[in-house]
Amino acid sequence: MVARADFEQSEGAGGTDIRFTGRLTLARLGDLPTRLDALGPIATLDLSALERIDTVGAWIVTRTVKEHGAKVIGASPEAQRLLDALASDKSEYRVHRDRRPPLTRMLEQVGTASVGVWNELLGIVGFFGAMIMALGTQLRARRRLRWHAIVTRFQTVGLDALPIIGLMTFLIGIVVAQQGAVQLRQFGLEVFTVNLVGRASIRELGLLMTAIMVAGRSGSAFAAQIGTMKLTEEIDAMRTIGVSPMEAIVLPRVAAATILMPLLGFYASICAIIGGGVFCWIGLDIPPVTYVQLLRDIIPMTDFWAMLIKAPVFGILIGVTGCYEGMQVRQNAEEVGKRTTSAVVAAIFLVIVLDAMFAVFFSSIGWN
Amino acid sequence: MSDALDDQVAEELAAADAVRPEEFEHAICIRGLVNQFGDTIIHDHLDLDVRSGEILGVVGGSGTGKSVLMRSIIGLQTPTSGEIEVYGKTLDTISDEEESRDLRRRWGVMFQGGALFSTLSVAENIQVPLREFYPRTDQKLLDEIAAYKVAMVGLPPDAGPKYPAELSGGMVKRAGLARSLALDPALLFLDEPTAGLDPIGAAKFDELIRELADTMGLTVFLITHDLDSLYATCDRVAVLAEKKVIAVGTIPELLATEHPWIQDYFNGPRGRAAASGNQTAKRR
Repeated sequence: MVARADFEQSEGAGGTDIRFTGRLTLARLGDLPTRLDALGPIATLDLSALERIDTVGAWIVTRTVKEHGAKVIGASPEAQRLLDALASDKSEYRVHRDRRPPLTRMLEQVGTASVGVWNELLGIVGFFGAMIMALGTQLRARRRLRWHAIVTRFQTVGLDALPIIGLMTFLIGIVVAQQGAVQLRQFGLEVFTVNLVGRASIRELGLLMTAIMVAGRSGSAFAAQIGTMKLTEEIDAMRTIGVSPMEAIVLPRVAAATILMPLLGFYASICAIIGGGVFCWIGLDIPPVTYVQLLRDIIPMTDFWAMLIKAPVFGILIGVTGCYEGMQVRQNAEEVGKRTTSAVVAAIFLVIVLDAMFAVFFSSIGWN
Repeated sequence: MSDALDDQVAEELAAADAVRPEEFEHAICIRGLVNQFGDTIIHDHLDLDVRSGEILGVVGGSGTGKSVLMRSIIGLQTPTSGEIEVYGKTLDTISDEEESRDLRRRWGVMFQGGALFSTLSVAENIQVPLREFYPRTDQKLLDEIAAYKVAMVGLPPDAGPKYPAELSGGMVKRAGLARSLALDPALLFLDEPTAGLDPIGAAKFDELIRELADTMGLTVFLITHDLDSLYATCDRVAVLAEKKVIAVGTIPELLATEHPWIQDYFNGPRGRAAASGNQTAKRR
């Protein structure tokens, strides 16, 4: 039989006397702590029959001594050494963070989250300012923009995104045309489907879809790349060498996103119009030539300008948000994931808010 | 207690019996160890014995394979050839998963950078091995164990709930030590425990290791570059050079050997400073 931790009990004058047997070690503990807890007042703990004791065993003894005011007898020198090591008061040693009542915690979380959102917004605005200043310094010092770094991003931000953006907006064009046609048919005005598809694509859908896709593809990539560079202290190394991370890392990325957004947005709009055109041809018997002629009459030039004005703004927003979140990474790998997520969420949210503001602005200056 | 639970306990206890550290004169026996990466031979028929209950310092120049030796012993690196016995068992030849787990719970390893799990707090880090090996231990006891381990390694009372990123370098090392001691191992591996610490922090850490080894009756395999650590903590020192252990012994014994590397090492300016520092400390 293996010598598992056990004890014999006998009733003494001041309470139960415990005599431990076997090995009072972590591996042999079994349910001993529970059984010990179930006992009434304990007067003495006899360790003389123990084969071995480790720190966990010594802790059980120490704990019982403290709870019951029991006396320890028959401790071997080794056991005594362990007991001495554990004797000091451990009650102040904390294991968990403080727990508050659920209601307080909930209120606290709501408060922290609200302040967090506000701080994030301030942070992004501040970061944008810092970036503009960095650009100013760079231009004043007549250092050339890092075109090479910018152009490298063209590939990943722009070229690589073409297939997915094209396919997505093409399908969106079909869906919008189809849904529009169903509704308009009730009035016998199917031909107005062309208006719907044409104007919605150029003015809103193409660019919005592109912004969402670029935020998801490139905004997240910026945040993750820069976040990892922060963790490995590459950014700090850069600063000490005298290279400004703003100049070398942030500006090229934001510039690439800003330059590419109008191009991608236009491309997306065209793809959506083609999608709509395919549906009109097949579903409504409007031949492509007529479709294009109708579009030329319907879409005012202001729609096109509205898109071209919005696109770089969205590009800046996505680039700045991604880089800002990346720069905020501290401490550990988990943070990279969190920051990448919030880069995408914040970028898409801000793009949509700004888009709504633009819509109000353009209609109030008469660009209907 | 139910019968099923009883059986489980009995099984666990039987398993715990498979390795009995106290019966072995030598905790680790290495015979003819060869480690080779491509054409580079790191160890060429290396022999080394670590006695139970001693603190063995392992020294050697950079690239002499001190860490590789440790990794071979704990099974992170499969040697090209040779035999490594830890408490009479060879890790490569253990086919039984249970048996290798038993061996693993007999040792604690502290890696150079602490290797704390960054998403867990210090207390949770300490509880990881406990939960892994003794899943039925109740949470209250686990918390108490974590608390006293934190206290034992000399961390401040508020360190338990902190995350590794919130700790200083010295505290990370102490937390790493606390985790390696979680299971009350018989054998402790320390990879450069004082590297990157300031001299005062390093001296305190040396003291701590000596103290814990005495209290808990540990066998310690200590890789170090730190001469002060050697003088302050080690019972014996093994010198790694020329792909072998060229000498093992107490520091006076090593000083008596003629080997040029050993002479350079202990009688260089740093070695002499550490030796005289140690004597001053002893006189006090």
